[in-house]
Amino acid sequence: MRLLNRSAGRLSRHRRGPLAGLVVVLVGLLMTGGIYTAFFSSAQADESTTNAEQIQQGRELFLVSCAFCHGQNGEGVRTDEDHQLGPSLVGVGAAAVDFQVGTGRMPMVQPGAQVPQKPTTFDDDEIAALAAYVASLGPGPAVPDEGDYSTDGLSDEEKQAAVVRGGQIFLTNCTACHNFEGSGGAMPRGGYAPKIRGVEPKYIYEALLTGPQNMPNFANGNLSPDEKRDVIAYLGSLNDQPGYGGFGLGGLGPVPEGLVAWLFGIGVLVGAAVWIAAHTTRSNKKKVEAEA
Amino acid sequence: MDTTKVANTNGTAAATGGKPNRAAAVATWADERLGIASMAKKNLRKVFPDHWSFMLGEIALWSFVVLLLTGVFLTLWFTPSMGEVQYNGTYEQLRGVHMSEAYASSLKISFDVRGGLLMRQMHHWAAMLFIASMMVHLLRVFFTGAFRKPRELNWVIGCLLLILGTLEGFTGYSLPDDLLSGTGVRAADGFIKASPVIGTYMSFLLFGGEFPGDSIIPRLYTVHVLLIPGLLLALIAAHMLLLVYHKHTQWPGPGRTEKNVVGFPMLPVYAAKAGGFFFIVFGVTAFMGALLSINPVWKYGPYDPSKVTAGSQPDWYMGWPDGALRIMPGLETHIWGFTISWNIMLPILILPVVSFLFVLMLPFLDAWITGDKREHHLLERPRNAPTRTALMVALMTWYGLFWVAGGNDIIAIKLHSSINEITYFLRAAVLIGPVLAFVITRRWCISLQRKDNETLLHGYETGIIMRSAEGGYSERHLPLPESKAYTLTARDRDPVVNGHDEGTDANGLPAPGGGRFAGLRHRVRTVWYSDNVQKPTVEELEDGHHHAEHEHELQAGDEGHAADGHQFDGHHLVEDESLRGH
Repeated sequence: MRLLNRSAGRLSRHRRGPLAGLVVVLVGLLMTGGIYTAFFSSAQADESTTNAEQIQQGRELFLVSCAFCHGQNGEGVRTDEDHQLGPSLVGVGAAAVDFQVGTGRMPMVQPGAQVPQKPTTFDDDEIAALAAYVASLGPGPAVPDEGDYSTDGLSDEEKQAAVVRGGQIFLTNCTACHNFEGSGGAMPRGGYAPKIRGVEPKYIYEALLTGPQNMPNFANGNLSPDEKRDVIAYLGSLNDQPGYGGFGLGGLGPVPEGLVAWLFGIGVLVGAAVWIAAHTTRSNKKKVEAEA
Repeated sequence: MDTTKVANTNGTAAATGGKPNRAAAVATWADERLGIASMAKKNLRKVFPDHWSFMLGEIALWSFVVLLLTGVFLTLWFTPSMGEVQYNGTYEQLRGVHMSEAYASSLKISFDVRGGLLMRQMHHWAAMLFIASMMVHLLRVFFTGAFRKPRELNWVIGCLLLILGTLEGFTGYSLPDDLLSGTGVRAADGFIKASPVIGTYMSFLLFGGEFPGDSIIPRLYTVHVLLIPGLLLALIAAHMLLLVYHKHTQWPGPGRTEKNVVGFPMLPVYAAKAGGFFFIVFGVTAFMGALLSINPVWKYGPYDPSKVTAGSQPDWYMGWPDGALRIMPGLETHIWGFTISWNIMLPILILPVVSFLFVLMLPFLDAWITGDKREHHLLERPRNAPTRTALMVALMTWYGLFWVAGGNDIIAIKLHSSINEITYFLRAAVLIGPVLAFVITRRWCISLQRKDNETLLHGYETGIIMRSAEGGYSERHLPLPESKAYTLTARDRDPVVNGHDEGTDANGLPAPGGGRFAGLRHRVRTVWYSDNVQKPTVEELEDGHHHAEHEHELQAGDEGHAADGHQFDGHHLVEDESLRGH
C-alpha cells in the first residue's frame, strides 16, 4: 500500500507538467482502443468461436474416420489379445495429426508392417480441424510455422553453414535408415524407412518432432529446432544440386551400379563381340571368290 | 596366277629391286639390330579361329587397358593419406568439414580437376566390367571344355587373375575413404578378426594398430597401384603367351581337326578386329563414365566409424560373400572363454576360399572323373557334356542366389517385401536352387542331344506338311547338308563305364593300381556319363538315310505337283492348278 501511495505521489507531482495533458489523452486513447480490441473486436470473436467450432468439426470427423481404432475420445483401443488396435492420441499434438493425415498415411486402409503413404483423404481445413481436436485432448507439439524450417531469413554465409551442419547431422542421425541421399532403406519385417527426397519440409520437420511409426523421435533437446532446420536445408540443397556424375541410378548405392555394369555394360560389349565376329573376316572379298 | 614377278629373261645377274621405301628402310634398320622379322613373320601370320565367344576375354583385356590409362590419371591427384585436413574445395555441402586427405583429394579429383570426375567414373565402371568380363570368359571356357589338357594351367592363371582382380577392386573401392568405403574396410576388419586365435593379431598388423588407425589407406594404395597391377600384368602376359603357345581352340567343323587351326591371320584381320574392339570397350566405358553416376563419394561424406548408411554394399564382385553373410544364421561357439564366430567365419572366410579353390581345381577334377588325358583343341558343345554343363549352371545358381541375398535390403524396398522373409527364402534356396538347376540343366542337355540325333537320322523339319492319299498329314523331313551333319557328329563317344567297380577287375579281385579313391571315382564317373546320348553309329546313320530315301520314293509322285508344298515357297508357280479351283 505504501508503495502504491508513494508511486501515486510521484506521479501526482507531474500532474501540472507541460506534457501531462498530452500523456492523459494518449493513455485515454490507448485504453479505449485496447479495451475495445480486447472485448469487442470482431476478429477475436470470430477466432474464438472458430476454435470451438473447429474442435467440434474435428471431433465429428474423428468420430467418423478415426474413432474405430483410436477410441471415441482418442484414448486408443486394445484388442482382446491386448494388442494395440490404435494407440492413444492424448498428447501426440497437432503436428502428429498434420503429418499422418497430411501425407495420407492416416486414416489407414489396413493393418500391416507399415502404413504406406497415399493420396490424402481430407482437405486442408479438415486436417486442421482434426489436428485442433487431437491437440485439445492433451498438450503436444504444434504444427510448425514456415519460419521454423525455412532458411529464408538467413544471410548467405549462414545458409551455407546451415547446409554443411545439416549434412553432418543428416549423415550421423538419418542415413543409417534413410540411405546416404535419403533414397530410403529397409527395416525389419517389411518395414521401411521411406524415401525422403522431395518430401515437403513441413512434413520432415513434423516427422523429426513426432517420430511416426518406426522412426525415433528427435525431441528439441536432442536436435534443436535450428538443427532440424539445417537437416531440411541440406536435403533441399541435394535436390537443388545437379547430378554431377550423370544419371543417379536411384541413389541406392552399389547394387544398381552392379546391375547396370552387367546388364548394360556386359550386354553391350558381348553384343559388340557378336557383331564383330559376324562381320566378314575377309580382307579382300574378290580374292576369296576367285579361290572358290 | 600372277606372272608379273616371274623372271622373263635368262640373264645371269639377279634382278635388283628398286629403292626401298622409307617404312621398309626403318623396318630393315630395326630388324638388323633386333632380329624381330622372323618372330614377327611367324606371329603376324598366326591364325585365330573366328567366333564371338572367343572375344569375351578380350573385353577383360581392353578394360584392363582402360583401367591402366585412367588409373594413371587418378594417381596424379590422389593423396593416399589419412592426415586430417579441413575441406575448402568447390563442393559446398562439405566446405569446412574435417576429413582425411584421401577423401579431400577424391573430392578434388571429382570437382576441381578438369575431367577428373569422368576419369574416376570411367575407372570405376571399367573395374566392374573387367571382373564381369573375366567371369563371362571363364564361363565360356568351362562350358566349351576349353580348359581341358593342355590348357589346365591357363585356367589356373585365369582364376588367379579373377581373384587378384577382385582384390584390386576391393582395394580401389576402399581408397576414397568416404563413408561407404570406410564401412567396407570396417567390415573387412571384422572379417579378419573373426579368424580364430590370430584374427586380432592380423587386424593389428594390417591396420598398424586398432582400427582405423592412419596407415590403412597408404598401405592399400601401395597394394592397389603397385603390387596387384604388377601381378596382374605378369599373369596377363603369361595367360596370353600360353594362349599363343597352345594355339586357340576352335569349334569342330569340316576341315577342322585337333592338329590344325582354321581361321584368319593376325594381320590384318585380327589386328583390325581386336584393335577395333579396344575402341568399342573404351567407348562404352567412356559413355558410362560420362552419363551414369557411380560411387558419388561427395554424398557419402567422410568416413567416421560412428556413422553408417542404409544400402551399404560392396561392389558387385564382393556381393556374393556379403549375401552369404547376410543370410547366415547367427551361430557362435564359446570354448574356454573364446568365441568362435561361425556366423562370420563360414560365409566370409571359409566359403569364398573353398569355392575359389573348387573352381581352380575344376580342370583337374574333370580330368580325374573322366579319365581323359588326351589333348583337346576342338571345343565341345555344352550339351555334349551334360553333367559338366549342369555342374557349372548349379554353381552359377548358387552364386546368383548369394548375390540376390547381398541386395536383400534393396529388393525389400523395391518389391515391397519383408527383408526377413527374403532372408528365410534364400537360406533354403541356396541349398535347393543349385540342385534343381543341376537336374534341369542336365535333362535339358540330354534332350538337346536327342534332338541332334533325331535331326541326323531323320533329317531336318522343312515346315512342309504333306497330306497322303488316305488323308493323313505328315511333315516332310529332308537330310541335313553334309557339312552340318559332319559338325554334329564331330564329337567323341563317351567312354563305356564298366559294370564292375574300378577298384576291382572283372572277377571281383582288387585291380592293380586302382588307388584309394578308385571306387569313388567309378561311382562318380557312372553318374557323370549316365543317360548321356551318344551320336549315332554308322549303321544307324545308314539305316536312317535308307529310311529317308524310302519315304522320299513314296512321295516322289508328289514332286512338282500342286500338293508338294512348294507352291508357297516359290519353287513353282501356282497358276492354273486344279487344287486352287475350289
